[in-house]
Amino acid sequence: MDIELISPSEWVKQQVKSVQDYTLIASRSIANLFTGPRYLADTTQQADLIGWGSLPIIVLTGFFTGAALAQNSGSTLQRFGSVTLIGQLVSLGMVRELGPVITGLMVAGRNASGMASELGSMVVTEQIDAMRALGTDPMRKLVTPRVLSTVTMLFFLTIISDFLGLAGGGVASSLFFGVDSHQYWSTAWQILVFQDVFMGLAKPVLFGFIIATVGCYYGISARGGTQGVGRATTQAVVASSILIITVDFFVTRLSMTLFGQ
Amino acid sequence: MSTPPSVLEQRVQQSPANEVTVKFEDVSIAFEDKVVLDGISFELLHGETKAIFGVAGSGKSTLLKLALGLLRPDSGRIFVLGEEVTAMTEDQLFELRRRVGIVFQESALFDSLNVRENVAFRLYEEGKVSEEEIDERVREALSFVELEHTVDMYPSELSGGMRRRVSIARTIITHPEVLLYDSPTGGLDPVTSNTIIELVVKQRDIYKVSSLLVTHRLQDAFTMATHYFERTENKMKELPPGARTEVPFSFLIMRDGRVIFDGDLGQLRETKDEYIREYIS
Ligand SMILES: Nc1ncnc2c1ncn2[C@@H]1O[C@H](COP(=O)(O)OP(=O)(O)OP(=O)(O)O)[C@@H](O)[C@H]1O
Ligand SMILES: [Mg+2]
Repeated sequence: MDIELISPSEWVKQQVKSVQDYTLIASRSIANLFTGPRYLADTTQQADLIGWGSLPIIVLTGFFTGAALAQNSGSTLQRFGSVTLIGQLVSLGMVRELGPVITGLMVAGRNASGMASELGSMVVTEQIDAMRALGTDPMRKLVTPRVLSTVTMLFFLTIISDFLGLAGGGVASSLFFGVDSHQYWSTAWQILVFQDVFMGLAKPVLFGFIIATVGCYYGISARGGTQGVGRATTQAVVASSILIITVDFFVTRLSMTLFGQ
Repeated sequence: MSTPPSVLEQRVQQSPANEVTVKFEDVSIAFEDKVVLDGISFELLHGETKAIFGVAGSGKSTLLKLALGLLRPDSGRIFVLGEEVTAMTEDQLFELRRRVGIVFQESALFDSLNVRENVAFRLYEEGKVSEEEIDERVREALSFVELEHTVDMYPSELSGGMRRRVSIARTIITHPEVLLYDSPTGGLDPVTSNTIIELVVKQRDIYKVSSLLVTHRLQDAFTMATHYFERTENKMKELPPGARTEVPFSFLIMRDGRVIFDGDLGQLRETKDEYIREYIS
C-alpha cells in the first residue's frame, strides 16, 4: 500500500467516490442486460472459463468440506447417542451455508482476481480506451458478460458442491461412525424444506454478482502500471471475500426472519 | 494496391470544401491541480492534416483523447464532424467514434486477440459483415501497412513498429472520416517511419481524410508538407518548388498549455517568435 498522507476529508471524498463508481458499474452491468448490443460469445467464453475452470476445485473442496462437517457433527452427536442425525446436519450445513460460501470464496479467489488483473492490465495499457475509441462500450463487452456468466456458473457450481459435500459426508459417516448410507441419504434428503433450498440457491446468485462486479470494479479502477494491477488483484479478492461472508450473514438472517425458524 | 472504394469517393466529393471537421473552443483541462491545457482553440478543416507539436508532457495525447470524448475537459467546447462532443453522453459518443479513428501512442492493441481479430475488431462489432468480407477487408487493410504475413500472430510477437502499423490498419479498416495519430513515428527507424509518413500522406491525398497528427519530429512534418501522393505511381513524391502551399497541411505548436502557432509551412518559415525559430531550426 502507498503510504500517502491525506486529510480525513479527502479520504472520505475518495471513499464516497469509490462507492459511487462501484454502484455505477454494478447497476450498469444489470441495465445492459435489457438492451443491445449483447455479447453472447464473450459470455459463453467467460462461462467456460469460470464454470469448467473452477469445477475441479469445487469438486475437491465440496467433498472434503462435507466430509469434515460429518466428522465434527458425528463426534458431537455420538455424545448424545444420536449419530443417526448426521445426514440431516450435513445436509442443512452444506445446502444452507457451507456449499454457497465455500464455492463463493473459491471462485472469488480464482475469478475475482482474474477479472481484476485482466481488466487492470487493459486499463494501464490503454486497451480500454482503445475499445471505447473503436466505438465499443467496455461495460457491455467486458463487465456484463462476466457478471452474467459468474452468476449462472456459481449457481450450478454451488449445486455441485452441495452434492459432493453430501457425498463426502456420506463417506465419512459410514467410514468413521458406521452410519448406514441408505439411511444417511434419506434423512439428508427429507430434512430439506423449501426455505433451505431457496436460501442455499439465492446466495450463489448474490455471491456471483459480488465476485464479478467487485473484480471488474478493481480492474477498471486500476492505476499505476503493473504494480497497480497487482494491488487491484489482491484488493479484489479481499473485498469480494469479505463481502461474501458479510452478505451471507445478512441473507441468512433475512431468510430466517421471512420464513421463521 | 487497390483504388479507394467508390462510396468513399462520392462522400469526398459531396463534402463541401473548407468545412470544419474538428473544432476546439477555449478548451482547458487540469489533472489534480496541474493545468495541462489552458484555453486551447483551433480548427481542422475538411481534408486537412494538422501536425501538433509540443515538448514531452505538454498535453498532446490529452488533446487527442479529448477530441474523442475519452476525457472530458474542465471547460470549453469541442466539435467533431458537426457534433458537440462535450455535450454528448458516453452512449451517444460510441456512434460518433465509429466515424473517427485514433492510433494510440503505445498502439494499444488487444493483446488477447491476434492481428486478424484486432484489425477486424470494428467489423465484428458492427455485426452483419460476412466472414469472407472480413477476410477480404483485413487483407486489404494489412496490405496497406504491408503486414499481410502477420495475420495469425499475436501483438506480443510483433516489433514496436509492426504494432504501430497493425494499429493503423485496425483504425483505417472502416475508412473513418477523421484520423487522430498519436506519435505514429515515435521511436522508429527512418525506413519504417517513412513508410508510416507515406501512409498518412496517402490517407490525406487519396482518401481526403482529415487528421490530427501528434509528432515529435519536425522533419516528418516537413516531409508531409512538401510531398503529395501520386496515385498512378502509387508512391509519395516531392512537390515541385513553388507549389508548396497546395497540400492541405498545417502546423500547430503548443507551449505551456497554449497554442503559440497555428498556420501553414509558409507562415511557419516567416514567424518571428524566438521559441518557434529555435524549435524549427
Ligand atoms: N490520466 C491522467 N492522470 C493524471 N495526469 C495525467 C493523465 N494523463 C496525462 N496526465 C498528465 O498530463 C500531462 C500531459 O500528458 P500527455 O500524455 O498529454 O503529454 P504528451 O504531450 O502526449 O507527452 P508525450 O510527448 O511524452 O507523449 C502530463 O504531465 C501527464 O502527467
Ligand atoms: Mg503523448
